[in-house]
Amino acid sequence: MSVRDFSARPEMPKQSPEERARNFNEVAQGLSEQTAQAEAMRCLQCKTRPCVAGCPVEVPIPEFLALAAEGKFIEASLKIKEKNSLPAVCGRVCPQETQCESVCTLGKKFKPVAIGYMERFVSDYERAHSKQEVERRAADGAPKVAVIGSGPSGLTCAADLALMGYQVDIYESLHETGGVLRYGIPEFRLPKNIVDREVAYVKQLGVRIVTNAVIGMSIGLEELLEKEGYSAVFIGTGAGLPYFLGIPGENLNGVYSANEFLTRVNLMKAYKFPCYGTPVRIGKRVCVVGAGNVAMDSARTALRLGAEDVQIVYRRSRQEMPARIEEIENAEEEGVKLNLLTNPVEIVGDEQGIVKKMVCQRMELGEPDASGRRRPVPVEGSEFEIEADTVVVAIGQGPNPVLTRNTKALGLNKRGYIEINDDYGATSIPGVFAGGDIVTGAATVIAAMGAGKQAARGIDQYIRSRS
Amino acid sequence: MHRIIAKKLLAPSVYMFVLEAPLVAKAAKPGNFVMVRADEKGERIPLTIVEHDEKLGTITIVVQEIGASTMKLCEYEEGSLLADVLGPCGKPTKIEKVGTVLAVAGGIGIAPLIPQIKEHMRVGNKVVTILGARTENLYVLRDTATMVSSEMILCTDDGSCGFHGFVTQALEEYIKSGKPADEVVAIGPVRMMKACADVTRKFGVKTTVSLNATMLDGTGMCGCCRVTVAGQTKFSCVDGPEFDAHEVDFDELIKRQTFFREEERLALDKHRSGEGCRCR
Ligand SMILES: Cc1cc2nc3c(=O)[nH]c(=O)nc-3n(C[C@H](O)[C@H](O)[C@H](O)COP(=O)(O)OP(=O)(O)OC[C@H]3O[C@@H](n4cnc5c(N)ncnc54)[C@H](O)[C@@H]3O)c2cc1C
Ligand SMILES: Cc1cc2nc3c(=O)[nH]c(=O)nc-3n(C[C@H](O)[C@H](O)[C@H](O)COP(=O)(O)OP(=O)(O)OC[C@H]3O[C@@H](n4cnc5c(N)ncnc54)[C@H](O)[C@@H]3O)c2cc1C
Ligand code: SF4
Ligand code: SF4
Ligand code: FES
Repeated sequence: MSVRDFSARPEMPKQSPEERARNFNEVAQGLSEQTAQAEAMRCLQCKTRPCVAGCPVEVPIPEFLALAAEGKFIEASLKIKEKNSLPAVCGRVCPQETQCESVCTLGKKFKPVAIGYMERFVSDYERAHSKQEVERRAADGAPKVAVIGSGPSGLTCAADLALMGYQVDIYESLHETGGVLRYGIPEFRLPKNIVDREVAYVKQLGVRIVTNAVIGMSIGLEELLEKEGYSAVFIGTGAGLPYFLGIPGENLNGVYSANEFLTRVNLMKAYKFPCYGTPVRIGKRVCVVGAGNVAMDSARTALRLGAEDVQIVYRRSRQEMPARIEEIENAEEEGVKLNLLTNPVEIVGDEQGIVKKMVCQRMELGEPDASGRRRPVPVEGSEFEIEADTVVVAIGQGPNPVLTRNTKALGLNKRGYIEINDDYGATSIPGVFAGGDIVTGAATVIAAMGAGKQAARGIDQYIRSRS
Repeated sequence: MHRIIAKKLLAPSVYMFVLEAPLVAKAAKPGNFVMVRADEKGERIPLTIVEHDEKLGTITIVVQEIGASTMKLCEYEEGSLLADVLGPCGKPTKIEKVGTVLAVAGGIGIAPLIPQIKEHMRVGNKVVTILGARTENLYVLRDTATMVSSEMILCTDDGSCGFHGFVTQALEEYIKSGKPADEVVAIGPVRMMKACADVTRKFGVKTTVSLNATMLDGTGMCGCCRVTVAGQTKFSCVDGPEFDAHEVDFDELIKRQTFFREEERLALDKHRSGEGCRCR
């Protein structure tokens, strides 16, 4: 065998920017078997396992890499699944650069092991090659647990509880499962057949999923505990309430929340209108306000729907942009323009009430604010106009209010998120646990999964302590 | 999947469906609606729950064919299955004993009004229903409305039946006559609701309208249904659909409803041509 080259981290093969900016197929193409095996061999198998501590769900990284280094890709994938039931998703959307890979020992001298690419590779490999069905757990007679929401927190909590032997039912308000993985993150970054596959895995564990069931409207939370016979409930309803800017002109035609825009396209497949019934209107000149992952996804989606000019409008500078670096680079390569240190102050429409332009103000960075980021301050007299026929507002989301509003006994914080009392997500109502974006505010897929995992442990302890 | 238990033609292009929807039937209250998606490729559209039967696990909806989605839905026959029925959505109507309530309905607006009329009667209010149609044979649910209300005032635009004129004119005459009118609820096309609000504002009579903003999810997570009420942005699917008529910015709502007009026409043409789907 040849000498290991520790500096040789592979690049992810991608569709070319010109090509991909016009289609919805996945941008990243995945590593080859050879490259993947070679990359796995770069791992030093550190005894202290710093990478594992960098992962919110403690994926056994050195162990799965060791298996992959031997070419045992299916086994490697199953190894990850001991801790992470959604590896094909996490390998694609985790911010590895600030988590597992940021603390990899190899990163000190060379580049960190491409843990995300590897996780993606082995789980895709398993999907393509394994015929082995995971056995359905017989759980009749076991205590019942209800999980509200089928986003990453709910799916993880449900999978873990099923593995512990509980009967688990997920209640989801939309007609499809996956939460943000389905309606938010676009096909070109996370193909929906991957989400389908991950959900199918959770179902194989014996989890039952009820769609079109809004808890708080179709069934009350208390009813689940008191009438439906559930011993405990997990709430993973996410942060799906879109925030608006609160500036004049925001209700004009052509102004979408990112949630509306992405839901139309991803969940309802408006890019296939009129074959699919839900329309989406996209103009020639699109402004996306905000600079997180949601904003990048909206901008790149707008390009793919045929917009000629797509700009990100953000009031701080590049350094403060919350989106993953990889996604900002991808967006720029595809032709998305960044209009930084720019703050919209008004949206102006024509006589029919359709967006025509956006009035903005230049900003400069002042003193750091509470979040430690330098506060943007407006530059006097710097107003200017951007012509636009579509504006997508992607400045953040709040807690989904339907359940919390209709469940008075549930303790909330000032901002409307559910308050938890311990590391396991226990809420003010005994037997009711919560986790994910509905507790923390909009965060990451993996953090939501971590919370779902912790809650599964909490629920297990709670039910055991009572029997 | 949700089975269609019964289907009935009520008036030209207006159908009543009884659907299997046990979860919804159990929790429904007057004023609630459901989000219906007919099949895998369908749009999610809001439809008011007209009746519900908890024991049978069924709900009744009334649908008027006005575009591609409603036409497609109305092609479904008894026994077939609808992909999704989600609900009950929206805030239930606040119904208290107030005295005399005027229930004003234009076109199929009477369908969503019926559960409210019944509830008003149940709590002891007198209900005068003002029902309008373009011409006599276009009335929807006229007999049911007559049965459940204390009094009926029928109006037609062409004078073929009852009062000759719009429901708003009948409403104004009624209030002017000095007979008790403690509250008004108006449901129908936006322009009609706006006109009702203009009438009752003059007399200071509290008026509630049910807004038919365009919806997408119907659960408060997209903001597509936003309306301005008393100067504030509200999501009509979760904060409404009913609002104080005197505080609603109707002109904005009318404009917002037209946003997808071109796409709606395209979808309708495609539906009418019977052309199959060309995408995978
Ligand atoms: C466009 C976009 C891009 C993103 N990109 C990334 C990324 O690249 N990497 C990353 O790590 N994170 C990303 N995130 C963030 C990440 O997706 C979320 O942090 C994560 O999905 C939160 O998971 P969750 O389980 O808490 O909630 P969600 O995924 O929001 O799921 C909540 C589910 O609960 C359902 N629900 C809500 N209320 C009820 C109710 N009353 N009854 C029944 N069901 C209910 C909802 O319909 C939904 O399906 C992105 C988010 C968005 C919007
Ligand atoms: C709370 C509420 C309750 C309703 N109850 C009933 C009812 O009981 N019976 C009934 O027949 N109709 C009802 N509607 C109206 C019904 O939802 C629309 O007629 C239907 O969505 C039109 O779809 P389409 O494709 O057939 O028509 P399109 O050609 O798409 O649209 C025609 C018009 O319908 C409206 N519309 C279009 N899409 C939507 C949408 N997704 N959501 C809301 N409005 C839309 C627009 O104003 C549009 O101009 C209700 C609407 C709301 C908001
Ligand atoms: S789950 Fe995410 S953070 Fe954990 S190892 Fe995988 S890619 Fe890294
Ligand atoms: S820190 Fe890096 S090199 Fe060390 S075990 Fe983890 S992945 Fe391998
Ligand atoms: S329809 Fe989406 S928020 Fe009301």
